[in-house]
Amino acid sequence: MLLGSATMAKNDLQGTLDLLVLKTLLRTRSLHGYGIVREIQRASDDLLRVEEGSLYPALHRMEQCGWIASEWGVTEANRKAKYYKLTASGRKQLQAAEQDFQELVKGVLALLRYA
Amino acid sequence: MSLYRRVANLFCRAKLERDIDVELRSHIQLRIDDNIAAGMAPEEARRDALLRFGRRNSFMEEARAADTAVVLDGMARDIRHAARQVRKSPDFAITAIVTLALAIAANVVVFSVLNALVLRAVNVAGSDRLFQVVNKNRGNISQSYPDYLDYRSQNTTFRDMAVYRIGFAGLSTGAAAYKCWLYEVSGSYFGMLGVKPEFGRFFDSHDERGPNSAPYIVLSDAFWRSHFGGDRRIIGKTVDLNKQPFTIIGIAPREFHGIEQFFWPDLFLPIVNERQIEGFDFLSNRFSHGSFVIGMLKPGVSAQQASENLNAIAHTLAKHYKADEGLYARLVNPGLFGDQIGEPARGFLSAIMIMTFLVLVAACMNLAGIFAARASDRGRELAIRLAIGSSRWHILRQLLTEALLVSLIGGAAGTLVAAFLLRTLTYWQPFGDFPIHVTVIPDPSVYALALALSLLSGILPGIFPARQIWSMDATQVMKGGASTTAFRRLSWRDLLLGAQIAVCALLLTASLVALRGMDRSLHAAFGFQPQGVMLANTDLNMAGYPHLTVYKRMLEEAARLPGVISVGAINDTPLSSGGDNTTAYREGTTDFRPSNVVLAGSEYAVSPGYLQTAQTHLLAGRDFTWHDDDKAPKVAIVNETFARKMFGGSNPVGRRFAQGDGSLFQIVGVVEDGKYNFLTEHPTPAMFFPVAQDPNSDMTLLVRSHMPPAETAAALNHMFGKVAPDLPFTIQSWQDGLALVLFPARAATVTLGVMGLFAAVLAITGVFGMAAYSVSKRKKEFGIRIALGTQAMQLMRAALARPLLLLLCGSAIGLTLGVFASRLLSEIVYEATPRDPIVMSGVIVAMLLVGILATWVPANRAMGIDPAALLREEA
Repeated sequence: MLLGSATMAKNDLQGTLDLLVLKTLLRTRSLHGYGIVREIQRASDDLLRVEEGSLYPALHRMEQCGWIASEWGVTEANRKAKYYKLTASGRKQLQAAEQDFQELVKGVLALLRYA
Repeated sequence: MSLYRRVANLFCRAKLERDIDVELRSHIQLRIDDNIAAGMAPEEARRDALLRFGRRNSFMEEARAADTAVVLDGMARDIRHAARQVRKSPDFAITAIVTLALAIAANVVVFSVLNALVLRAVNVAGSDRLFQVVNKNRGNISQSYPDYLDYRSQNTTFRDMAVYRIGFAGLSTGAAAYKCWLYEVSGSYFGMLGVKPEFGRFFDSHDERGPNSAPYIVLSDAFWRSHFGGDRRIIGKTVDLNKQPFTIIGIAPREFHGIEQFFWPDLFLPIVNERQIEGFDFLSNRFSHGSFVIGMLKPGVSAQQASENLNAIAHTLAKHYKADEGLYARLVNPGLFGDQIGEPARGFLSAIMIMTFLVLVAACMNLAGIFAARASDRGRELAIRLAIGSSRWHILRQLLTEALLVSLIGGAAGTLVAAFLLRTLTYWQPFGDFPIHVTVIPDPSVYALALALSLLSGILPGIFPARQIWSMDATQVMKGGASTTAFRRLSWRDLLLGAQIAVCALLLTASLVALRGMDRSLHAAFGFQPQGVMLANTDLNMAGYPHLTVYKRMLEEAARLPGVISVGAINDTPLSSGGDNTTAYREGTTDFRPSNVVLAGSEYAVSPGYLQTAQTHLLAGRDFTWHDDDKAPKVAIVNETFARKMFGGSNPVGRRFAQGDGSLFQIVGVVEDGKYNFLTEHPTPAMFFPVAQDPNSDMTLLVRSHMPPAETAAALNHMFGKVAPDLPFTIQSWQDGLALVLFPARAATVTLGVMGLFAAVLAITGVFGMAAYSVSKRKKEFGIRIALGTQAMQLMRAALARPLLLLLCGSAIGLTLGVFASRLLSEIVYEATPRDPIVMSGVIVAMLLVGILATWVPANRAMGIDPAALLREEA
């Protein structure tokens, strides 16, 4: 799902994508799907590129979970687009996901050093 | 919150998918915009955007998979699938839903009535400890007031006891006079039942200081509103009851109407003042029964202990008082006049409940048959789904959902119909003169039952095809060979239909047997002819008249009305709600203890001319004359049963019998037997006494006239105004007057008729379904047969032999079962016997009709098959 990243268990990867989206939305307040893809790419200095088609199931799922909320709006170029923003429970989820990710990274690094 | 959204999404999938589609297009458009801005050609920009986006179509599935996390999803899909299936075949759906709705409605209605009548406890606090004290024999429920006082003061097991008695009186406010129904109650009554007045106060034991010491009345809420406009200033005002002043001291709560389930009195007054209402004294007379005794047990005391306690008292009383010989106390649940109404009502309603349940069972069998047929029709589809990896459980779940969907819709429709019927029943006042309300507001237990029945009638028939699916061999079915060969043997479906028909025939037999019994009891010899007679009912006591002069004057005036054939009067007409019973002893008896009683029977005080007006046939002797008065020797007219029991069939005219007070009566006439208390009673002795020797303030004037009832009523109305201007009275035709006593029989007749009709309809749908299915399955075969020149008769035999055979066997079994079941029915229904040629032939004709009706359309379909068209279709 994430190009340019190591292959991990599916849940971890999904969790990582969630983390990226939530973090992006925390920073930008409100953004449409395409904007999220662009923002992740920009913020990671082009290292991380989200497969665009797989973003939407994640957004849908996160919306179902109540982490993000959406509403229709209009872009600067006057195109109709759906804007997402973080909810209170999304903020909590972001904290938890960030912590999980730190631990995952720590674990992986430790393993890499050991090897 | 999110669960709600997910579930909501499942049902508005179309909107959601549109939404997603727009979002994805917008994404791609934004990318194209950027690409063009970065200098790409439009075509290339588009390709790049689509390429970067990746698998667009799979997104819908992934979004759906996200929702699938909720278990509900599979279910919702099943439901939508089921709804589609049901919509695809509306004939089936409508038949199934209507059948189920009717069956469930019938069950809900009958259960509600059973619930209201028999199962629900009396609506007072601590009703589980409230009992009525009745006598040893069933139906003998009333006590004497002195016995009540002894029970109350000597027992150690009751917290308190109370007594009440039903009566009526003329109430006048100066402006108007009404006849009103009342409860004479003891001071302990309200306190023991824990009822608080709506406002004002209730009387209590402190108000009871001997006869006529408490001239107070408490009005019911309804009477207060309807007759005093809900005016609170009425408290403290004085009104006249039977010309005696009573002070209104309080209003009873709106929902309180005493503890008899259906009786709603207009007012309550202290029983110590009964003499002013009844005109005679029963407070000090142990022979005078008619009062109902209830008691509230002390906490921790069992009904068993309490009845032992009361019987010890009864035993002592029996030793002291002649009137209490054999006194025995039995505790029953109050609410339906002890067990007098409760017992027969329970029996009858239970029988009806069983019948309605059988209707539902038959409907379910019908449904199971239909589902099984549909499952095998869809054999190929199901087989394909099995072959491509769908689980059997999944397929079954889907079929089950379909069945449940149908049954729940049917159940909801049925409950609606039932609620409507019950509401109508609740607001229905069948007897204008008698304050009866049947309150059958469905409570939660009724709705729970409806839901349970609908679920049950969805699951059981839905599971039926499970066997089929489990044993399904996908490859066989897809080859298409299985369906026709399987049809040859006797299948489960056939047995099911046979059973369904048997149940229907059983229902039909039972309902016909009962209908015949009812019909016979409605047309039994009443011992009088109600047609053409108007009744004017009054109680001369209500206006404080000296009885006999007004009594005679009314008869004379009534006889002069235009069109009158004859007039007469009686205290209470036979089969009306009133009426007295008395006992008779042989001439020469000196010890009038209960064991020396020769017979007990109904007693009436009649005027000369009553027998002629009622057309009660005088078999021997003479009618009374006005010379049979208090100066003449005491005389009586008796019926045949009396004569047989007392004198063993020899001519009784001129012989004598004695009553409990020692007085002797000479028999001057014998009349035919009649019905006196119930339609279903066995021949009962009856005694008629001349009103001049047996003064009675109850008076029912009978007028037999050529004139239309309305004109006679108007003339009588005018006559009453002239003779006794302030006397409340009611005028009605004798046939209307019989409505109360005929009501149970009529209600039962209608109920049973409806049951029978349901049964017939279910049998028709069952056989029709089977025959139609069989014809449609074998269309090809019949086409070939016709092409080969088969005769119409042979074709019919092939098409309809099986359904008709099933009909025949099922009917025979049902009829046999019905004959046995009718033995049970005869306990409840008067003279119910299945050994009645009309019943037997009725069932047979009905089932034949069912057969003809149900096979007519399929037979025509089979005959109308065009082999050429069929062959073209196949090719």
